[in-house]
Amino acid sequence: MADAPQIPDEAETRARWGAFAWTAENAEKAKAVIARYPAGRQRSAVMPLLDLAQRQVGAETQTQGWLPVPVIEFVAAQLDMPFIRAYEVATFYTMYNLVPVGRYHVQVCGTTPCLLRGSDDVMAACKNRGMVKGKTTPDGLFTLTEVECMGTCTNAPMVQINDDNFEDLDYDSTVRILDALAAGEQPKAGTQNAQRHTSDPEGGPTSLKDMVKANHDYRKEW
Amino acid sequence: MLADKDRIFTNLYGFQPWNLKSAQVRGDWDKTKDLMSRGQDAIIEEIKASGLRGRGGAGFPTGLKWSFMPKEPRADRPSFLVINADESEPGSCKDREIIRHDPHKLIEGALIAGYAMRARAAYIYIRGEFIREAETLFAAVQEAYDAGLLGKNAAKSGYDFDVFVHRGAGAYICGEETAMIESLEGKKGQPRLKPPFPAGAGLYGCPTTVNNVESIAVVPTILRRGAPWFSSFGRENNKGTKLFQISGHVNKPCVVEEEMGITFRELIDKHCGGIRGGWDNLLAVIPGGSSVPLVPAAEIMDAPMDFDGLKAVGSGLGTAAAIVMDKSTDVVQAISRISYFYKHESCGQCTPCREGTGWMWRVMERLRTGDADISEIDTLFDVTKQVEGHTICALGDAAAWPIQGLIKHFRPEIERRIRENGGALEAAE
Repeated sequence: MADAPQIPDEAETRARWGAFAWTAENAEKAKAVIARYPAGRQRSAVMPLLDLAQRQVGAETQTQGWLPVPVIEFVAAQLDMPFIRAYEVATFYTMYNLVPVGRYHVQVCGTTPCLLRGSDDVMAACKNRGMVKGKTTPDGLFTLTEVECMGTCTNAPMVQINDDNFEDLDYDSTVRILDALAAGEQPKAGTQNAQRHTSDPEGGPTSLKDMVKANHDYRKEW
Repeated sequence: MLADKDRIFTNLYGFQPWNLKSAQVRGDWDKTKDLMSRGQDAIIEEIKASGLRGRGGAGFPTGLKWSFMPKEPRADRPSFLVINADESEPGSCKDREIIRHDPHKLIEGALIAGYAMRARAAYIYIRGEFIREAETLFAAVQEAYDAGLLGKNAAKSGYDFDVFVHRGAGAYICGEETAMIESLEGKKGQPRLKPPFPAGAGLYGCPTTVNNVESIAVVPTILRRGAPWFSSFGRENNKGTKLFQISGHVNKPCVVEEEMGITFRELIDKHCGGIRGGWDNLLAVIPGGSSVPLVPAAEIMDAPMDFDGLKAVGSGLGTAAAIVMDKSTDVVQAISRISYFYKHESCGQCTPCREGTGWMWRVMERLRTGDADISEIDTLFDVTKQVEGHTICALGDAAAWPIQGLIKHFRPEIERRIRENGGALEAAE
């Protein structure tokens, strides 16, 4: 497991995060999450609460966030479940960061549909900015990860950066997006191809053309 | 070509808003109460008669699946509907379009399907990476509650029904139905041994049906237009319309709803602007998402895109996600990258898959560069056969089939690389 995450030093982590507790806003959110599951089945809420906790850590550290062990302990205690059961969830799913990440987590999809459309160019654009796979840049701005299929294959290649997807990329558009983020701007999410709206064919849809201009009701033609 | 009036997902591309008001203009939530008042058994019979087969890949008849649920659930063991929105199969990106552009079709379908199978609630399990899509879905569900379409006396039908959204956190395996149930219970997503099947003991040990997003979202339209309308499309045993997703080396990749059984050539020429470099430049197609074997150009060109048509060319419809490869493709690399995907996504529970996916990927990487012996092709094929069918879930099969397809159709290409590389062959002599 050479590529397994190097869990940060426990004493330091505990000193920094030992007193973790929900913010008032997140305490309300946590309550609403737990209410989605039947009484006595609160353990089902472990995934959404770990996500919420990671986001709170992110907000406090101005990054995408990660899950220090004391934070996982906090979530486990809230759901009345053993720490190890929460920890194994945190380690099983890839979206929980077990180590600190940068301000922007650049997740380049490298699976075959993206590979065929040029994900190597996207990766090259990231590397040429000094990013290294699995590492955070020294300025703390970018963490680069190659991820598996993100489910936007007809808009390949793509990158997910924190909560937004950037699709239909090439080398230049990737550079443009990274430059904008580094400059503190928020580039336009979604497809970067001006000839597309979302997953429609480039240059305008081949079907459902009436929908482009108006909310057409096809029932009249049934 | 399918007429626009016969397309179910009219806001597929999101040119119009997804919200409740706009969805109602398009016909969603129109007299849902009347559809439900036909009765639970009548709804199941209508879906059976429509010929709808599950849209998540396996193609199991949807109405039949619902009929396995208990007719009189016990108060202490309520039934659940789980909707599989963990769309992670490489090539697939249709459920995402439904969720972000037509979520009310899914939510209305959840109510009707849940009512038909006598479920107490539906959980929509959406993959974690669909962050913006989940935001839309949460908001759409809230709209439905606020309008009285969900909750107590849902849509004034007299039936109480809840819909909850549950976000995953990045694990392909949670698309397997029992792994999804484990994950919903707050555990690692490791598949369960069957039996018991979910209809007997699923979520929280209660009767559960797991359906794909598309299977549920088409239900209201089928009921409104009738089973004969839906079954007027496609060939026997392969009825209806379907969302196709075409990625890779076509001029214009897209998602499009078409009639089942449309030929591959028509699909590409009508909607995707043809193959990059023309039809002569087509090398091979993975027609149903990464789990199915690839099909060489000559066999796929005029094949009907449905369950039986693709089975006949040694592959499968899967999720109808066609990954197109032209002659510039390094086909061994393309399949090797899929092998890496399965290595990454193996949950680690069964030894043949946990160890086999990594082993197969490492051998595939050596075949890619030609750093191998010709006899290793047969060894690799043999190992795929040892993984296939020897694991709890189908991930082992899914990892084996693409490699088997590659060896079956592109063996000369693999041998050429080994011969040109030369080294390993001489060492063996």
